[in-house]
Amino acid sequence: MSEILETNEDYVISVDNVTVRFNKATEKINDLKEYFVKLVKHELMFQEFLALKDVSLHVKKGEAWAIIGTNGSGKSTLLKVISKILKPYKGSVTVKGSIASLIELGAGIDPKLTARENIYLNGCILGYSKKFIDEKFDEIVEFSELEEFLDSPVRNFSSGMKSRLGFSVATMIEPDILIVDEVLSVGDVLFRKKCMNKMNDMLSKGTTLLFVSHNMSTVRTMCKKALWLNNGNVVCQGDIEDVCSRYTETIEAMKAEEKKKKLQAAKKPAGKH
Amino acid sequence: MSVIEKIKNPPEGSFREVFKYKDLLIQLVTRDIKLKYRRSFLGYVWSVLNPLLIMVIMSVVFSFLFQRNLAYFPIYLLAGRTMFEFVHQSSGKALSGITDNTTLLKKTYVSKFMFPLSKITSSMVDFVFSLGALFIVMLVFSITEGKCMFSLWNLAIVIPIIQAYVFAMGLGFFLAQLHVFFRDIRYIYNAVMTMWMYCSAIFYDIGMFYSKAEKQIAQGTAPYAAHLAFIIEKFNPIYIYMKQFRYFIWVPSLDKVSAYAQVTSQDFLLGSLYALAMFAIGVFFFKRSQDKFILYI
Repeated sequence: MSEILETNEDYVISVDNVTVRFNKATEKINDLKEYFVKLVKHELMFQEFLALKDVSLHVKKGEAWAIIGTNGSGKSTLLKVISKILKPYKGSVTVKGSIASLIELGAGIDPKLTARENIYLNGCILGYSKKFIDEKFDEIVEFSELEEFLDSPVRNFSSGMKSRLGFSVATMIEPDILIVDEVLSVGDVLFRKKCMNKMNDMLSKGTTLLFVSHNMSTVRTMCKKALWLNNGNVVCQGDIEDVCSRYTETIEAMKAEEKKKKLQAAKKPAGKH
Repeated sequence: MSVIEKIKNPPEGSFREVFKYKDLLIQLVTRDIKLKYRRSFLGYVWSVLNPLLIMVIMSVVFSFLFQRNLAYFPIYLLAGRTMFEFVHQSSGKALSGITDNTTLLKKTYVSKFMFPLSKITSSMVDFVFSLGALFIVMLVFSITEGKCMFSLWNLAIVIPIIQAYVFAMGLGFFLAQLHVFFRDIRYIYNAVMTMWMYCSAIFYDIGMFYSKAEKQIAQGTAPYAAHLAFIIEKFNPIYIYMKQFRYFIWVPSLDKVSAYAQVTSQDFLLGSLYALAMFAIGVFFFKRSQDKFILYI
């Protein structure tokens, strides 16, 4: 027992045998009338859907992990479980330290408020005190390059400007764990580069990183380790090069097969006519 | 975990977590207030003008309809309506507190209590603003009647206000969680609130029921009006808060106080009991279902 405890000490994120279940209702029932109608008709059935199946992941302090997989493989669900947005159905998640999750940049941005007001609102949503944000305010503004637009409402901002604002608030605050979910696809090249540098900078300072991206070259430069998910199952995890090369091979193979099918499908109706 | 650590790190999903997010509460409340008054020409004036206009209309209509001479009827009416509107507005906004913040709740972890709580609190600030209307009416009466309508007793309105705030919180939490699962709850809520309004003696007075009951006894029929009055006085928390509120605002200016307007310690205890019970119920249901919110929003 003591051995297990000791080994657990090293991990900042421990995900143990996590299963996430959704009720994939055939029709979404969210009003009372519908509920009673279905209840009377005995149609109140739920279809179980497992978004993650028995997934385990252990991350040590300062490690950078990439989470890869095709769309709908459960990557975002895993990130949501780690950032406490979703509760697992089975298994447990323990996280040590503060988390900044960039699952969607500027989720808490209110378009009717000004940039200045949004910095405070977002900072507070991430769990920081007003005093702390006061101290970091200039730094945040400088990084976001939005000095000129501080007092204009965010609804007039472009999506790039909005994500700059979101990223600046989330990262300036130096969390212990940074969770990034394919959010840097917006914004210009220069800002993207700036964000990458910032993330590298944070990594060197000991921040732990979880990174979801479909861009294999970015993933390879940013991360040391990788976890590959497919349909909620862990295919493999470990060193980034191994996982990535296996992943790319599989994807290439799938692509080739799809092409073949398409060709066959194209041939068939042509033959019938 | 030591005791201090436990206080600093309340368990995830508990109500105590809101204290950790108190700065967020301030931000959310100021956001609501700012957005309400920003870019509106009359700004704050609206929250005073609106109850004033409604009071004028209702005073004219109801003094004509009931023809019962209640002294300083506009003050009586406005005091009652202000209190009822606080519970009505705040619970109505809290009802959609969770469903209006779906994007946020899907992307970050925040104590979910924050959203209904911030709506209740910003309604509370609105309520305090609308006390300006009451002030104006009392000032007008002071001038026209040639006697001061204000008294130190007025300050004691803090007591019913706190009771109503705690009650509204519980109601708000309960409604907010229910609305996630059943979106049509709003229609039921609206109907219930209308009924509640008529049961709250805003534009009539409970004394009316007692004189009716006396007549019924004289006629030899069952005094059902007295039973009705009893139900409103004992089982309607909003009326209990309203009664206390009037006791500190309207009653001090009267020469003679009718028995029904008299507040006893029993009213205070009953009001506090209802507030705490509603709060406990609200928190209990909210806590129980909050993990499922994400699946329905």
